[in-house]
Amino acid sequence: MNRYPLWKYSLIVIALLFGTLYTLPNFFGESPAVQISSAKSTIKVDSAVAERVQQILQQGSLAPESVAFDNGSAPSVRARFANTDTQFKAKTLLEKGLNTDPADPTYIVAFNLLPNTPQWLQSLHAFPMYLGLDLRGGVHFLMQVDIKAVLNKRLQGLQSSVRSVLRDKNIRHNGINRNGDQIEILFRDADTRDKARNVLAGEVSELLLQDAGSGDDLKLIATLRPEALKQTQEDGVKQNISTLSKRVNELGVAEPIIQRQGADRIVVQLPGVQDVSRAKDIIGRTATLEVRMVDDSVTRGTEESATIPFGSELFKIGKGAPVVLYKDPVLTGDYISNASASFDENHQPAVSIDLNGDGGRKMRDATREKVGKAMAIVLFEKGKGEVLTVATIRSELGSRFQITGMGSAEASSDLALLLRAGSLAAPMEIIEERTIGPQLGAENIRKGFDATLYGFAAMAIFMIVYYQLFGLFSALALSVNVLLLIAVLSTLQATLTLPGIAAIALALGMAIDSNVLINERIREELRNGNSPQAAISIGFDRAWATILDSNVTTLIAGLALLIFGSGAIRGFAVVHCLGILTSMFSAVFFSRGLANLWYGRKKKLTSLAIGQIWKPKTDVKADVKVK
Amino acid sequence: MEFFRIKKDIPFMRHALIFNVISALTFVLAVFFLLSRGLHFSIEFTGGTVMEVAYTKPANIENIRNSVDGLGFTDTQVQSFGTAQDVMIRLPAQHGVNATQQSEKVIAALKAQDPDVTLQRVEFVGPQVGDELAHDGLMALAMVVIGIVIYLAFRFEWKFAVAAVIANLHDVVIILGFFAFFQWEFSLTVLAAVLAVLGYSVNESVVVFDRVREAFRDRRYGKLSAPEVLNHAITSTISRTIITHGSTEMMVLSMLVFGGPTLHYFAVALTIGILFGIYSSVFVAAAIAMWLGVKREDLIKPTKPKDETDGAVV
Repeated sequence: MNRYPLWKYSLIVIALLFGTLYTLPNFFGESPAVQISSAKSTIKVDSAVAERVQQILQQGSLAPESVAFDNGSAPSVRARFANTDTQFKAKTLLEKGLNTDPADPTYIVAFNLLPNTPQWLQSLHAFPMYLGLDLRGGVHFLMQVDIKAVLNKRLQGLQSSVRSVLRDKNIRHNGINRNGDQIEILFRDADTRDKARNVLAGEVSELLLQDAGSGDDLKLIATLRPEALKQTQEDGVKQNISTLSKRVNELGVAEPIIQRQGADRIVVQLPGVQDVSRAKDIIGRTATLEVRMVDDSVTRGTEESATIPFGSELFKIGKGAPVVLYKDPVLTGDYISNASASFDENHQPAVSIDLNGDGGRKMRDATREKVGKAMAIVLFEKGKGEVLTVATIRSELGSRFQITGMGSAEASSDLALLLRAGSLAAPMEIIEERTIGPQLGAENIRKGFDATLYGFAAMAIFMIVYYQLFGLFSALALSVNVLLLIAVLSTLQATLTLPGIAAIALALGMAIDSNVLINERIREELRNGNSPQAAISIGFDRAWATILDSNVTTLIAGLALLIFGSGAIRGFAVVHCLGILTSMFSAVFFSRGLANLWYGRKKKLTSLAIGQIWKPKTDVKADVKVK
Repeated sequence: MEFFRIKKDIPFMRHALIFNVISALTFVLAVFFLLSRGLHFSIEFTGGTVMEVAYTKPANIENIRNSVDGLGFTDTQVQSFGTAQDVMIRLPAQHGVNATQQSEKVIAALKAQDPDVTLQRVEFVGPQVGDELAHDGLMALAMVVIGIVIYLAFRFEWKFAVAAVIANLHDVVIILGFFAFFQWEFSLTVLAAVLAVLGYSVNESVVVFDRVREAFRDRRYGKLSAPEVLNHAITSTISRTIITHGSTEMMVLSMLVFGGPTLHYFAVALTIGILFGIYSSVFVAAAIAMWLGVKREDLIKPTKPKDETDGAVV
């Protein structure tokens, strides 16, 4: 009765294999590396950059262990080196080689540590766990995005759109007012109101229109549609995330984490950064946008050699094409209330831009006489301008216009994002900050590891002394538990934090419960006079119901932490929940497998090595129990 | 080796009243301290700034305090922590002040005093985060309690569910009482420990109740009354209870000794939880279940088909 079918043993072997393979990457350590990523949103890192890196390193006779292109969310090229010495040399070399103008770098060259996982493990997608900031040191910021300000700006924009639409269609109104989140449009008679409603419903589809008022004091109350409201909020947060990513890139942090948390918060984690004030400075910087006219007194193609007229400036479009622009802006980013990727009447990708307030009038004044001429949009950051796009004016532009001829949908969404970056950045505030020194991080790892190791050793020794062979089974099951838990965490690419290590330790401390339950049960069955084989079988079966119940209750607590916890607590909760699941496998399924393997084939088994079984002899009641 | 050589069922339930009185007293004391002293919340809940700085030689706390106070902060705390070289500085949340700059001002002032000082850790939490954490913490507690009641009511019977939850909430209050009495810092990790303990010590009640159900079903114990069945269940699981808790406690002690300051109060909360967990879930939960009047019929009826499988095994 104590034999596993072959498939169960196979399952155990597979689980062990999985555990070993995916735990393994955590032991290889890290090697010094240099990471190259783009410093400008207009420049993309691709495999060509990897080749250039290789060339530059070869010319400098530095031999990297490997150069690889990583096409992730933030594409980068990573060159790995044997020691920190070459790493330092390579960084200086690459900075010189890749960036022609040191004052205006095109690429960011940063130090990094790359895991030394062998290729064959990487091809199995076996990677080490990430270490949280409390273990490796760095800065953590939690930023609150001021959604109200975003909405306010959007409504302002819509208000002026409404005004210009009504004017264009010659619909007379009695005034347009803002009232909180509502736009009120006043009318004298119902006819005009109906006409206005029809026009507005077609032209400004983001608004929800409602009639109000009576007599000759008629009103149309416009509110932002729920989906448009949501879109605005989403865009606001996404916008800030992309702005933050660009700025963080500049800090030269190898693996920054910029994540949304909840509806209106952004987490920024910068591992390894110690200079908090510089980080704050760069993160808190603002970008501005300007629309300028192209100075056509300079012949196209001769911009670099020609003398630039007084009142004009030379700029570069993206990677390099020069363009001369007037210094006087037509309008600034403040007037842009929205920019989104869209399609023109020919279904070609385009970018739609909405202007608010006086923006429409200014644009009209500026473009009326300039049809056929070129206009440029420039993004200023750190006082340096970069031309995002140059477009030919096809007709007089108002408060809503499109930039067409984008080529691809990707290009149009990129441009929309950049336009918003310069104009729509919602105010942000740092509401949480954590800085952990690298020494403290290393100390935390050691302490967490020591605590787990000594606790584990103490429990294992106790179990073996108290339950002998079955204690050994339990100790082995416990180590399989750690193995599986770490393997699962590594496969999930979870971030390990100190509370996470504490959760691993606690998971082990709690997992022993199942083994104790089983061992005590087997002893009890033996005490009650069952044969050793029967005792093993009944012991495991009876203990199972209890183990299940108790693990479910623990799991409920773990899930509650997972749902309501944030930050450090979440890390704890994830490990806690996973630990419960792996412990069910190891303590019940695996340790039974060991017992079956050892005892299952012995037909004439007379005793079990489970420690001394003490039987009450004289007690009457106990006798009754046995029979 | 066998630690527990119990000849017959120990009549725990005869003393149920005493246990309940002891529990009630500890509970009242804990509530009293919670109300009179309150919890010493970490800045995660209250908002504010905590800095840890390290010196190369033992730090002069008095000088540090003077220079921090000299910056115009009120209610600051400066204390050494861990070793004589490590100092912890707390600045409360101040409304209207750009709190994100506080830590930089302080470290600049300390650097002026002694250039060897290094910043180990800064933690700044805005006041808006703290309120949310408190709210989420309470929600998590509510979810654990409700979840466990539902699960136990479904697996056993409502009387057991109520008994287990009351017993374990009383643990939680007692842990909090300790934190209030000693004014230990109550941080997010401590909250995690408290909730983990809640789930863990419900286990104890579950193990006992499992035995109760088994005994009610088993014909051999047919003549035993409810309190006798409870006694039998507790007696036959006491060895497992103590060994399990002992083992878990070994791990927790290891964290307490080797885990450093970050895990200190986490381990303290777990230790108190584990010790009181044994007592409350075994004695208090069983006693409450008895007062609520558990009967054989409560458990036998709904799970009749399971009887047969159990019988087949024996």
